[in-house]
Amino acid sequence: MSVTVDARGLSCPQPVIMTLDEIKKGTDAEIIVLVDTDTSKENVTRAAESQGCRIHEVSSAGEEYRITLVRG
Amino acid sequence: MNRKNIFATRWGMISVGAFIGILAALLQKLGNPGNMGICVACFERDIAGALGLHRAAVVQYIRPEIIGFVLGSLIAAYLFKEYRPRVGSAPIVRFVLGAFAMIGALVFLGCPWRAVLRLAGGDGNAILGLLGLTFGIWVGTLFLKNGYNLGRTQSTHTTVGWMLPLMMLGFLLLMLVFPPVSGQEKSGVLFYSQKGPGAMHAPLLISLIVGLGIGFLAQRSRFCTMGAIRDTVLFGQTHLLIGFISLIVFAFLTNLILGQFNPGFAGQPVAHTQHVWNFAGMTLAGLAFALAGGCPGRQLFLAGEGDGDAAVFVLGMIVGAGFAHNFGLASSPKGVGPHGIAAVIIGLLVCLFIGWTMKRKKA
Repeated sequence: MSVTVDARGLSCPQPVIMTLDEIKKGTDAEIIVLVDTDTSKENVTRAAESQGCRIHEVSSAGEEYRITLVRG
Repeated sequence: MNRKNIFATRWGMISVGAFIGILAALLQKLGNPGNMGICVACFERDIAGALGLHRAAVVQYIRPEIIGFVLGSLIAAYLFKEYRPRVGSAPIVRFVLGAFAMIGALVFLGCPWRAVLRLAGGDGNAILGLLGLTFGIWVGTLFLKNGYNLGRTQSTHTTVGWMLPLMMLGFLLLMLVFPPVSGQEKSGVLFYSQKGPGAMHAPLLISLIVGLGIGFLAQRSRFCTMGAIRDTVLFGQTHLLIGFISLIVFAFLTNLILGQFNPGFAGQPVAHTQHVWNFAGMTLAGLAFALAGGCPGRQLFLAGEGDGDAAVFVLGMIVGAGFAHNFGLASSPKGVGPHGIAAVIIGLLVCLFIGWTMKRKKA
């Protein structure tokens, strides 16, 4: 099961807050986070790794990033 | 695709903080005012004065550092393909937050950057300012935890993101067309201070180059003084904080070497000793920065990489500086201005109103 967090267009620190909320919920093994700036991409991956998550994949489409996190 | 951004690593962040700290102390040596090698709020206030938006004769100068911050960030954003023109996330709210952030900062007499530079120069009053800043940001994190947000931006035309960088280029051009004339307080359309902090500045070219360098590195590293405290309080993340601490340590060491460290509370340059209002002024500024998502420096760097909402915050700060001096809200070394206390209280109420009411709708 995977869940998607759409943080596109939201500025710092919203993408991190939303990602951490989803990690804390603990319902899905895989979390997909959509962001649209490099800063958000860095912040989300840094925060997720600090929570023991693994960054499975970061792909980009146009001006967006799709980060796939797997719970550690 | 996923090339590593070395500036956004731990050591990158420490290096950028050190770079800013050393250069700020050197800019002071080269002519900038005491403990004001770099102050984003003070320098935007000086720009407002140079343009005649306020007529406080001692704080009027187009500060090339600010121009450099925006253009340096723009250059970095283009070089690394991070220029993203975007706009539409509550711009009017950001304008108001910018204006009150400026008013709070001018009651203390400095933005977060100058607060730590004052500390690194031995000014004990900065401790009150930094405590107030931390308290204001902490209040901001309570709103963030409660769902406060500014809404989404949308991507837009390249031109939209170019507006603030173009204004900065315009300011630079005005300065070249109407350079300071010795002994004259006005040159063409620009005002130039003949005495006071506005008359103290490093050579234009050096200020501009340092500004460009800091703008470039800060865009790469995402350096943010408000974020440093916010992320520590909110997430226990110290990534930005180490950059902020590095700035203090290296500015302090450079001040020691240059003989610019003078510990004490009384008689510090461009500072007053009213502890309560040093604290409260920065509480207002900290809360406004937290609600707006970035310190005044970060707003300039974001504006450089195409964020039109951050640009509106910057304009809010410049207009706020006009109000601060025209209405007697800004402090001076003698103490708070005649209406400074009222302005801090109103500003705090406005920020609390914004924080309470702009919550994410429950899904």
